[in-house]
Amino acid sequence: MLMPKPDQEVLAKRSYLVEELRKIVKAEGSVIDDTAGLRAFECDGLSAYRQLPMIAVLPETVSEISEILKFCAAEKVNVVPRGAGTSLSGGALPLADGVLLGLGKFNKILEVDYDNRCVVTQPGVTNLAITDAVKADGFYYAPDPSSQIACTIGGNVAENSGGVHCLKYGLTTNNLLGVEMVTMDGEVIRLGGKHLDAEGYDLLGVITGSEGLLAVITEVTVKILKSPEHVSAQLIGFPSSEQAGDCVGKIIGAGIIPAGMEMMDRYAIHAAEEFCHAGYPLDVEALLIVELDGPKVEIEYYTQQIDEIAKSCGAVESRSSQSEEERMTFWAGRKAAFPAVGRISPDYMCMDGTIPRSQLPKVLARMNELSKHYGLRVANVFHAGDGNLHPLILFDANIPGELEKCEAFGADILKLCVEVGGVLTGEHGVGIEKRDLMGEMFTEEDLKQQQRLKCAFDPDGRLNPGKVFPVLHRCAELGKMHVHNGELPFPDIPRF
Amino acid sequence: MKHSLIQSEDQIQDVLDWALAGNHGLAVRGNGSKSSIGRPMAVAAELDLSGLSGVELYEPAELVMKAKAGSKLSEVKAILLQQGQQLAFDPPDYGPLLGEDADQGTLGGVFSCNLSGSSRVKAGAARDHLLGVQGYTGRGQPFVTGSRVMKNVTGYDLCKLVAGSYGTLAIATSVTFKVLPRPEKTRTVLVYDLDPATAVRAMRDGISSVHEVSAAAYLPPGIAATSDIDYAAGPGTSVLLLKIEGPGPSAEFRCEAIQSLMSSFGKVEELHGHNSEKIWNFIGNVTAFVGGDAPVWKLSLPPSMASSVLKKIMEEQPGADYFLDWAGGLAWVRLPEGLEDGGASLVRGAISENGHATLIRSSETLRHRIDPFHPLAPAITKINRRIKDGFDPQNILNPGRMYLDQEKVGSD
Repeated sequence: MLMPKPDQEVLAKRSYLVEELRKIVKAEGSVIDDTAGLRAFECDGLSAYRQLPMIAVLPETVSEISEILKFCAAEKVNVVPRGAGTSLSGGALPLADGVLLGLGKFNKILEVDYDNRCVVTQPGVTNLAITDAVKADGFYYAPDPSSQIACTIGGNVAENSGGVHCLKYGLTTNNLLGVEMVTMDGEVIRLGGKHLDAEGYDLLGVITGSEGLLAVITEVTVKILKSPEHVSAQLIGFPSSEQAGDCVGKIIGAGIIPAGMEMMDRYAIHAAEEFCHAGYPLDVEALLIVELDGPKVEIEYYTQQIDEIAKSCGAVESRSSQSEEERMTFWAGRKAAFPAVGRISPDYMCMDGTIPRSQLPKVLARMNELSKHYGLRVANVFHAGDGNLHPLILFDANIPGELEKCEAFGADILKLCVEVGGVLTGEHGVGIEKRDLMGEMFTEEDLKQQQRLKCAFDPDGRLNPGKVFPVLHRCAELGKMHVHNGELPFPDIPRF
Repeated sequence: MKHSLIQSEDQIQDVLDWALAGNHGLAVRGNGSKSSIGRPMAVAAELDLSGLSGVELYEPAELVMKAKAGSKLSEVKAILLQQGQQLAFDPPDYGPLLGEDADQGTLGGVFSCNLSGSSRVKAGAARDHLLGVQGYTGRGQPFVTGSRVMKNVTGYDLCKLVAGSYGTLAIATSVTFKVLPRPEKTRTVLVYDLDPATAVRAMRDGISSVHEVSAAAYLPPGIAATSDIDYAAGPGTSVLLLKIEGPGPSAEFRCEAIQSLMSSFGKVEELHGHNSEKIWNFIGNVTAFVGGDAPVWKLSLPPSMASSVLKKIMEEQPGADYFLDWAGGLAWVRLPEGLEDGGASLVRGAISENGHATLIRSSETLRHRIDPFHPLAPAITKINRRIKDGFDPQNILNPGRMYLDQEKVGSD
């Protein structure tokens, strides 16, 4: 993975930068420049890629962030924002010549407002802590990425995180009311608030999922919902993935939108069962977990319909949770699928494509062929309701060449997703992991149009460069109306 | 003014090339049912997309449809209905409010203006349902963003920018969007004779209950009296409305639960499917304010502030009318004719920094004189201008419709 070449001029003034940053952020230990201290930030959840930042800064106030960004902009220093560092796409991978801006100290919930059904929080608060703050009053925050115990709400905004319940309750973008953010020129901007819809262009909408390339999020206002009266999960086993996929389509076709609908294949079922004894059937090829929430009468009504649909699709096993404890056990296996797979293989890489659901049989068949071709095993967990696939490719990084083989396999899977009408990433983000595949999904002109948005927020390209886009264009070049065919107007721009 | 009725996408390219070469402003429109929202524009030609219609892809089991931007909403809704599905954000029809015919709105129009009806509080806005856009930028370049799948974080979410940009950034030729099952049953619980402050609390309690209220509105006596539903118009009091939807047994159970919850606030009544649909159309389409061109403002604000904001406005302008939707988060206000600024300073002053107000209907003169769209902070204006430059550097698409600084056509 090629990153932009470090700027030697910036590296040469490192001690000056450290000294100046310490004048902005005075708290002891908040500007880190020793190798041991920097080591903590060298990678995020995509640990195959590592890079020590030039300097790490841990500010405590918005005005410090504003000063840091203004200073870095003036000194032509790149900045990489970081929350809890749980990104699975390398979104928070540091730059050798960059300042890593850690938002871990922004860890306070600022306001719980039941009159307006929202929570105002600092960005470093974890996803789960928001629900914890309102749980006693019967409320919760809906998006629930698997990493919710560790990932921060600021990171969720940057990545537009999803989770198992987004089929019914939406992604981060659908549950976000407002942000305060700081642009690279140090300007503090508020978007939205406790009201709905944007005035003017929907900047809140484009900030969400912008992977830290447009601005640094310093405050977040999210919508909270009343916790459902009852929740129930159903385990349904099938002799084939095709039948399970068919069942998912028929449930939705019958007008039922379950709170969550997850699918696991044989590998994943066995690994999860071995890991946490969730009581999964082991003699099936595919397992669905269908979660329903609402009043008891609604759950009973839908459960009966789902049972009938499942039977008509060839289900060999169907079981509803009889208690909250049992429901949690059903989920424990699914939520632990990644670490469980981690136990049966020294290393694994988690992919994240989305496909139109009807294409599932074709995609699974091709994935099996690819698995044989590369000689690497693959386990599948799948947000079946919305078509978001998480193939886990098993490999051993200690075997020379196996990481590269795994990367090539992963790239083939994602190309396949695009080929059948899907996308490269459903919830993990592009980051560095899928950066070089962007051309599979977008034309050069479409990518340029996206980068023109970047130019509107960060014309000098200082925030998180090297992520998302395979070619760094200069804003002056992007702004031009006509480019002569075949002539590169800036032969020296970095291309990865 | 030149009028180009587009029949094929190639023609759009031709019109754009012509506009770019001569620095001509274009009014981008579907059936024009919402053309009077925003500042009147001085343009050389109209780009009429109403001829680009038809469904390109519809997969009910995947909850997705792709259709040409000029497709009429009423036709799309009928196709969805055949499969028991709907657009969950309740696209409103402002045609009659704006002095046009009913049922003229197009898909491109409703997404470009990001207009949502009463269910917006639960189901989300139009922009939340928009998955993909195909079209042209003001650079005259074909443009694609998003996809046909529901979960997609590949690159920037430019769909969000197209939604709500009133055709000032790009021309959408096709839109791909999420569709959802139409609920089996709809019920509406009415609560009579509450003052606005109590109504806002009652709506809060309703929508914060476990009973999944999907819309909540409040009609003061004068507004309720103009509805064509006897249960609302008859009693001569204010009416609060809570919508409950779902499969039969669930809707009935929750409707009863809400009635018992609301009985502590006042006398309750229940509407069934047909009457529910009628009254929510009355609210969503702002039917109460149809007729004349007295200024009609749409205020988005924190629900808890609704009653105090309205109090300020009514004290200053006792001749004004209003009603609330979105559980208090949306206030529709009609001010008397003849105010110098159409009430802009009053309405926007009352909201202060806590929300925004858009002038949805007024005389053309007034829309020239004041900002129909809420004025923005300078830092946001700067970003918006750069975004506009990125999409439409010569400012040929709906020049000046949203903001004054975008009025000048031409790159020089």
